[in-house]
Amino acid sequence: MAGLRFPANPDAPASAARRGFLIGAAGAGFVLAFARPGRVFADPAEAIAASAYEPNLWCRIDADGIVTVNIIRAEMGQHVGTALARILADELEADWADVRIDHVDSDPKWGLMVTGGSWSVWQSFPLLSQAGAAARTALIEEGARLLGVAPSACTARASTVSAGGRSIRYAEIVRRGDLSRQYSADELKAMPLKPASERRLVGRDTQAIDIPDKTDGKAIYGIDARVAGMLYARPKLPPTRNGSKVLSIDDAAAKSIPGYHSALALDDPSGTVPGWVMVFADSYAAAIRAADQVQVRWDSDDTAQVSEQQILDHGAKLIADPAAGARVFDDAGVEDAFAQAASVLEHTYTTASVLHFQLEPVNALAFEKDGRWEIHTGNQWQSLILPTLAKALGVGEDAVVMRTYLLGGGFGRRLNGDYAVPAALAAKALGRPVKMVLTRADDARFDSFRSPSIQRVRMAFDAAGAVTAMQHDACAGWPTEVMVPAFMPKGANGVAYDPFAIAGADSWYGVGAQRVRALSNDLANRAFRPGWLRSVGPGWTNWASECFIDEAAHALGVDPVAFRLRLLDGKGRNAGSAPNAVGGALRLAAVIRRAAEKAGWGGTLPADTGLGIAATFGQERDMPTWTACVARVRVDRQRHRRRRAPDPGRRRRHDRASRRCTRADGGRGAVGPEHGAARGHALRRRPGARHQSRHLHAAADRRCAGAGHRVRRQHRGRGRARRAGDHGGRAGDRQCAVRGGRRARARSADPPRRGARGAGAEVRLTVAASMRWCGARFARTLNGFAAPAARFPRYARLSRLRAALESSA
Amino acid sequence: MTSLTINEREVTVTSGEDTPLLWVIRDELGLTGTKFGCGIGLCGACTVHVDGRAIRSCITPVAAVAGTRITTIEGLDPAGAHPLQKAWIATQAPQCGYCQSGQIMQAATLLKDFPEPTDRDIDAVMGGNLCRCMAYVRIRKAIHLAAAELKERE
Repeated sequence: MAGLRFPANPDAPASAARRGFLIGAAGAGFVLAFARPGRVFADPAEAIAASAYEPNLWCRIDADGIVTVNIIRAEMGQHVGTALARILADELEADWADVRIDHVDSDPKWGLMVTGGSWSVWQSFPLLSQAGAAARTALIEEGARLLGVAPSACTARASTVSAGGRSIRYAEIVRRGDLSRQYSADELKAMPLKPASERRLVGRDTQAIDIPDKTDGKAIYGIDARVAGMLYARPKLPPTRNGSKVLSIDDAAAKSIPGYHSALALDDPSGTVPGWVMVFADSYAAAIRAADQVQVRWDSDDTAQVSEQQILDHGAKLIADPAAGARVFDDAGVEDAFAQAASVLEHTYTTASVLHFQLEPVNALAFEKDGRWEIHTGNQWQSLILPTLAKALGVGEDAVVMRTYLLGGGFGRRLNGDYAVPAALAAKALGRPVKMVLTRADDARFDSFRSPSIQRVRMAFDAAGAVTAMQHDACAGWPTEVMVPAFMPKGANGVAYDPFAIAGADSWYGVGAQRVRALSNDLANRAFRPGWLRSVGPGWTNWASECFIDEAAHALGVDPVAFRLRLLDGKGRNAGSAPNAVGGALRLAAVIRRAAEKAGWGGTLPADTGLGIAATFGQERDMPTWTACVARVRVDRQRHRRRRAPDPGRRRRHDRASRRCTRADGGRGAVGPEHGAARGHALRRRPGARHQSRHLHAAADRRCAGAGHRVRRQHRGRGRARRAGDHGGRAGDRQCAVRGGRRARARSADPPRRGARGAGAEVRLTVAASMRWCGARFARTLNGFAAPAARFPRYARLSRLRAALESSA
Repeated sequence: MTSLTINEREVTVTSGEDTPLLWVIRDELGLTGTKFGCGIGLCGACTVHVDGRAIRSCITPVAAVAGTRITTIEGLDPAGAHPLQKAWIATQAPQCGYCQSGQIMQAATLLKDFPEPTDRDIDAVMGGNLCRCMAYVRIRKAIHLAAAELKERE
């Protein structure tokens, strides 16, 4: 099976590391001395029997001085193995040229195996640092003994222990030394770490270890896994995600396809893939065609008729019930503040379903070997799906192992490992290895996509325009409730909630009495399987809150940057806390100031040009990555005139906000001293009028005096984004960079529609140059798969082309 | 039975004549560097060379390329050191990497047609190769870098 392991190229730097966590967490001691030959990709169990130095769960050093770091996180484009290895190698004082990584298979000893939420570097940093420091300490002690000097006289650098003019390489210490020291968990925790000023790898530019294999075809992804004797499978997907039953299968037409094997309704004790039919063939090409020919009749539940609009309408109803949902923030005095407010601003925001659309369609190879089930696939959350796989197969969890592969994109899709289940069930039913691959269309249909959402945000102001209260209600399908309810914390009112469907709404603004309410959309939870999509919650919660903050500023006639800075007072819970949120809201304020300064906020701009700002802090309040982004937008009046005017009503379904403006005084009084000026556009609209918006639109609109909404919507803008970031401390620059780009990239998955470019342009502007090149095209592609043919002639043409190819046989 | 030359090796494949070249390359010949992304010629992940020209192997029946010379990412350079491959590493272009075989193969013909490509040339030729990770900026940079190296060699 060695050929199936990542990486494929035995000459290339490898990948490995996940052991230290357990040591630190579970309190076990660890043995330092292991010996093994220099085979980097050997099974760790084999390695123990050989002759390398394995100071802890997380790394080993062989007799040639090669340091292999075990990586338990999935590689899906973030180069996580490189980032994690550098944490350990830095404390180890290893020569980076000697460092390899090993993306390990699932094993209980690794603890929780999950890759998401930007947690990997942040969570692993202390543990991998300690693991590296422990190994360094042991090597120094043994190196000192071999050199005949005191350990205190030694220093370690570049895989060498030195004292005075003498030195000894780590490789030689491993070969000659007696490395057998054990550390207790407490000793490991107390392991002295280097000051940040002594770091030689973390925070410095480097080449990612996984990249060379990605340039010559040697990188092995889940879809590349194979084993002798396997059958290929493609599913026939039932009409609904839950509650479909197979009534009949007719494969008469498939029998004429060379290589066709059989079709089978899966019996799934885990309930993961109800109503699935698998079509088997000797080749995947044959499986694709055969599946097209197999006719299946299903009995489906009522969710077959549920539309996105119904889900949103249901969400609106839930939000209207003040008793519903979990209160994440529930300050005293919210009702009173709104009742006594001089004015109230309220907007409602909706987002559409968003596909992950990772380029590698989901797939899995499954087979039984020596009484153990092997699942070969790329996955982001092994610990989540392993119990389900065991249940599906009717075996104990110790009888299932997930082999690790590169992911051809994750984006959160592969947090939900449901796609491994049908492959395992099929392999069990057939008694032979099965490799299941979904076609692009299958993958889109079976996606565990981000739920459509509806959010209501309200703010209360006193007569002077000061903010006295804020309420943010967010309702969507909850992936965590559906897939891993044990992960749900409880709100202030004792109701459990999905943290990944509300984080971001619990912002750092000081807004007086604050209520943040998370509501589960039970209709969404039934109608499909909600999924986590990168960001995760802030991809839509923070979008609404930042839109709103901007709109509140405009309603008050206050500069959006000044308004944010005023609210970011760093008081109360927004003061922040050690170790990760030191500085709190004041830190976010500093980032906003820096971004505004770099973008020339407040300066003179050319005609038809404006600036818009948004700020965020990453996923969770306790691991903030302070981020602000300024978009410079120019309205091109000439270009867009040639385009048809978009239909706001239709567009609303595609992740544009619908805004409703209500005021406590019935729409007559002033919100703030300047609100009566023309720029108080949010209040100029008819109460109840629907209007689409993006949070960055307002500044451009404001600067295009007289242009108004119509112009803004119809004209295509151009611009550039400026971004400033302040990472949360030890997480390092990498995380900062990922954070910075992520917000924008997450949006890029929201498919703008044709005819909506005037509105969509502003969004693309925030995502820097990459989107200008292919973003629109890709977005159209996404949309094409979600709703083919009619709107996208090219897709239809290519569909026909494929059909013609198939029938030409 | 179809005979063709792949990466300088003459082979006879048994897949049906209508089988897309992609699956012949990946499943019958075991060259998995060429990727499956969409199956309908929209994403470019399956790009290979047929007689030196970039084509989408997922919508090309194997019979249509009988007798031709096919090059996959594995055969672009025997040492994996084509100027583009070196530039891809130098610019750290790949993220998840799944699209990159197709990107590089497309870029290789781009450089034949446009030895000194402008950004506009690159956008036009590479526009059919999608990258879900959005590595486009670095891909463009890498193509310029490779073009510069090729020019220097002359």
